[in-house]
Amino acid sequence: MIPELGFFALILALSLAIIQSVLPLIGAQTGNARFMAVARPAARAQFLFVVLAYACLVTSFLLNDFSVRNVATNSFSQLPAVYRFTASWGSHEGSMLLWTLILAFWTMAVSVLSRRLPEDMAARVIGIMGLISVGFLSFSIFTSNPFERLLPVPMDGRDLNPLLQDPGMVLHPPMLYMGYVGFSVAFAFAIAALLSGKLDAAWARWSRPWTTVAWGFLTAGIALGSWWAYVELGWGGWWFWDPTENASFMPWLAGTALIHSLAVTEKRGVFKAWTVLLAITAFSLSLLGTFLVRSGVLSSVHAFATDPSRGAFILGFLAVVVGGSLLLFALRAPAMASGTRFSAFSRESLLLMNNVVLVSALGSVLLGTLYPLFLDALGMGKISVGAPYFNAVFVPLMVPALFLMAVGPLTRWKGASLPEMVVRLRIAFVVAIVAAVAVPLAAGEFKPWVSVSVGLAVWIAYGVALGFRERLKHGGSLRSLPRGFWGMQLAHLSMAIGIVGMAMVSGYEDQRNVKMAVGDTAQLAGYTFTFKGVEVIEGPNYRAARGHLTVHPESGSDFALSAEKRIYNAGGMPMTEAGIDYGVFRDIYVAMGEEIEPQVWTVQLFYKPFIDWLWFAAGMMALGGFLAASDRRYRVALKAKDAA
Amino acid sequence: MNKRLIMLLPLAVFVVLALFLGKGLFLNPREVPSPFIGRPAPQFALAEVGNPARSFSPKEMLGKVWMLNVWAPWCVSCRQEHGVLMQLKDQGVVIVGLNWKDKDREAAELMARMGTPYVINLEDLDGRVGIDYGVTGTPETFLIDKQGIIRYKQTGPINAEVWTEKLEPRMKEMAK
Amino acid sequence: MKPRHKKLLAITVGVAVLGIVVALVLNAFSSNLVFFFSPTEVVQGKAPKDRAFRIGGLVEMGSVQRSADGMTLRFKVTDTAESIAVTYQGVLPDLFKEGKGAVAEGRMGADGLFTASTVLAKHDENYMPPEAASAIEQAQKAKATLKE
Repeated sequence: MIPELGFFALILALSLAIIQSVLPLIGAQTGNARFMAVARPAARAQFLFVVLAYACLVTSFLLNDFSVRNVATNSFSQLPAVYRFTASWGSHEGSMLLWTLILAFWTMAVSVLSRRLPEDMAARVIGIMGLISVGFLSFSIFTSNPFERLLPVPMDGRDLNPLLQDPGMVLHPPMLYMGYVGFSVAFAFAIAALLSGKLDAAWARWSRPWTTVAWGFLTAGIALGSWWAYVELGWGGWWFWDPTENASFMPWLAGTALIHSLAVTEKRGVFKAWTVLLAITAFSLSLLGTFLVRSGVLSSVHAFATDPSRGAFILGFLAVVVGGSLLLFALRAPAMASGTRFSAFSRESLLLMNNVVLVSALGSVLLGTLYPLFLDALGMGKISVGAPYFNAVFVPLMVPALFLMAVGPLTRWKGASLPEMVVRLRIAFVVAIVAAVAVPLAAGEFKPWVSVSVGLAVWIAYGVALGFRERLKHGGSLRSLPRGFWGMQLAHLSMAIGIVGMAMVSGYEDQRNVKMAVGDTAQLAGYTFTFKGVEVIEGPNYRAARGHLTVHPESGSDFALSAEKRIYNAGGMPMTEAGIDYGVFRDIYVAMGEEIEPQVWTVQLFYKPFIDWLWFAAGMMALGGFLAASDRRYRVALKAKDAA
Repeated sequence: MNKRLIMLLPLAVFVVLALFLGKGLFLNPREVPSPFIGRPAPQFALAEVGNPARSFSPKEMLGKVWMLNVWAPWCVSCRQEHGVLMQLKDQGVVIVGLNWKDKDREAAELMARMGTPYVINLEDLDGRVGIDYGVTGTPETFLIDKQGIIRYKQTGPINAEVWTEKLEPRMKEMAK
Repeated sequence: MKPRHKKLLAITVGVAVLGIVVALVLNAFSSNLVFFFSPTEVVQGKAPKDRAFRIGGLVEMGSVQRSADGMTLRFKVTDTAESIAVTYQGVLPDLFKEGKGAVAEGRMGADGLFTASTVLAKHDENYMPPEAASAIEQAQKAKATLKE
């Protein structure tokens, strides 16, 4: 009965979503207050029913109800309970329902936190989010029913893909979706503004905290995905420029550009049309990402099992939502003139540059991701665009953006003096150059990209420090600084930390593949690895050969590492479980290869300097986003407006 | 420059993109039609599992409508369809099993425990017959008519729905 | 600055950035695109001699051999019509198995031995890399036509 209840709840949610979108939108257009008042209760009720549906799905998973196809194909009686829970979003159907759930959650959040919005604006925003809900709920109900029954009932499930049985996967999809779907709020605000024609600073101020929070979740989600790949794929990589990764990275780039252009629109009332376009773009790219991952149009190492009818549905939906909003944009945007002036060197112009660079980078990633599809569609052969392309295009483009990152926050709005800025930053420049030369030399080998990256990181960090000093010049304490300022500086500083991590690990990582018998030793980057042998262990739903090694560093005490080669009981699928010793300045990473002869294994040894700085930076960046979004002026300003 | 035209640019870019995405969607049809459909089933001679003396060739089946079910004991989806196959056997459907790359030789034991839906279960230890039939995974099922022509290929497990919607109508047609 | 000058400046900057991006993309495309060929196409001489490409198909049964030190592997990739000998140094993906689909990226040597820098297999046991599936499909089609 539980699956049927879940399906019934989905149908009710769809009906509510239709009400939530149609009535308020009509109400806002005709000024009918009663229709507009439907928005909030409908959104909340819709949320409740989607929660109920999701709870039914989770229950089916926890109870091992293998009569539900989704459970049978993605779970297993021996699967630990926490993974039975996460298996609820491990499949296509489940992850679409999670998408819908998070969309309903954001809508509910808007309905609660929009007390201070003008009634017609709130009605439109909730109505538009309702339209998106209608699309996704219909998608679930008509093409991807997660509650479909299976006859005859199998004795046991096929197990969750072992790759997804990892702690990183517990949080990665919900975080990523919080980000992806969170951009729907900025999107709904943009469309609502286009519909009403009221595109002003107040609109930008409402959109900002929502966008920043979504962006923070997306940042954390992408970082968790990267961490998962590092731990779980067993070859020490952390970013592959795989289409699936790009699908989440493109909305992030658009979102980053949007955060910055919203700042200009809020403070100075310029770039309005551009900001609206970015808001549409960010969410469109989220939908595009969903399409790419779900339709299997691109061959990717981790594309999900695919079905053309689902792809056709999402593409149709994409055409309606994105095509419709871009058409609306083309009709309404020309009327929105941004009159305010600013000089060629001002915070506005620097933020404009930031946007130009980010959007160019976004374009290059989009092109690289879709190029194989273009060629294939034109019958010009099958190709793949790999990491070298993205590194060759994306990395150089980031250099000017990172350079401006230190300058922007120190520059005044409207107009600033370039010579004065040179004076303010001359010490920073010298320190950055010194670091750019000294650090790579100290690391043992001079590498140009490491040098550039370290120089830029120090440059940004110095800029952040200078920002704090200048804000506190006339007294005041760190605590008196607004959270928006803290958030921005934290995010910028985290970028500096992240660049150091990326540069050092790319420049100085080392790896060896060795054949090891018990007692054999191997050297890597000053560490001596001794192979202690392999034991067979029984996991809850797998058997594993666990290899033990001891590592002897040049200085400091020895430590032990163990890595596993698992065979999962249900599918017989092998999996590598790396052994990692985390450290502030380096990770030591070991993965078992194959058993060539009894007790003789191939083993992969990795030395990964500074890699943990990446995850730390991403966490700090997300925190910066949340902090900025909680700035009291969003609440105060809105309250003041309310009182007036 | 005309501002309106510039504002139309994003829409134009999207339309081009959407056309390509649409094309791409139908470019890689996931249900790959087997190139064998409408062609004679490749010939082979294989021994029965657990009975090396008994050799089987598709020629024996001329004049019958039958199913060649490629499966393996290590394949979980095969176990899912096992129940359906047992019911089909009871309905009189002729199913020949191709036990694909069963290196651990678990098939006989499994059949003894769960029952066999096959009139004969063949041992394709090195998977060569599977390759001749273009098998890319298990389970896959071929429908072969009275003239020994492959009429249909089912990729993935057979369930009640696949049977009633795809296989049964074709089997009935072929039996005429 | 006068508005006209400012507009000019903005356009100049925009064009300059666009130019740099296009240059970077073209440069990267000319050296970093990896084309895909099936073993049959490689045997027919369609694959480039001087640059890296990908081949895909099934790993031929019984073809995987390991060198004495255990670190170099040789195997054959087949689309069921033709097969190509591949040599690879390093650790194979978990799902690499004889009789399963795989894609190898690397260069063709003068001796007809394909030296792979990367070997890919699909994350999920039940699915093939689409490129490998497509190579087999084509070879099967060709075979089927020949038999007529």
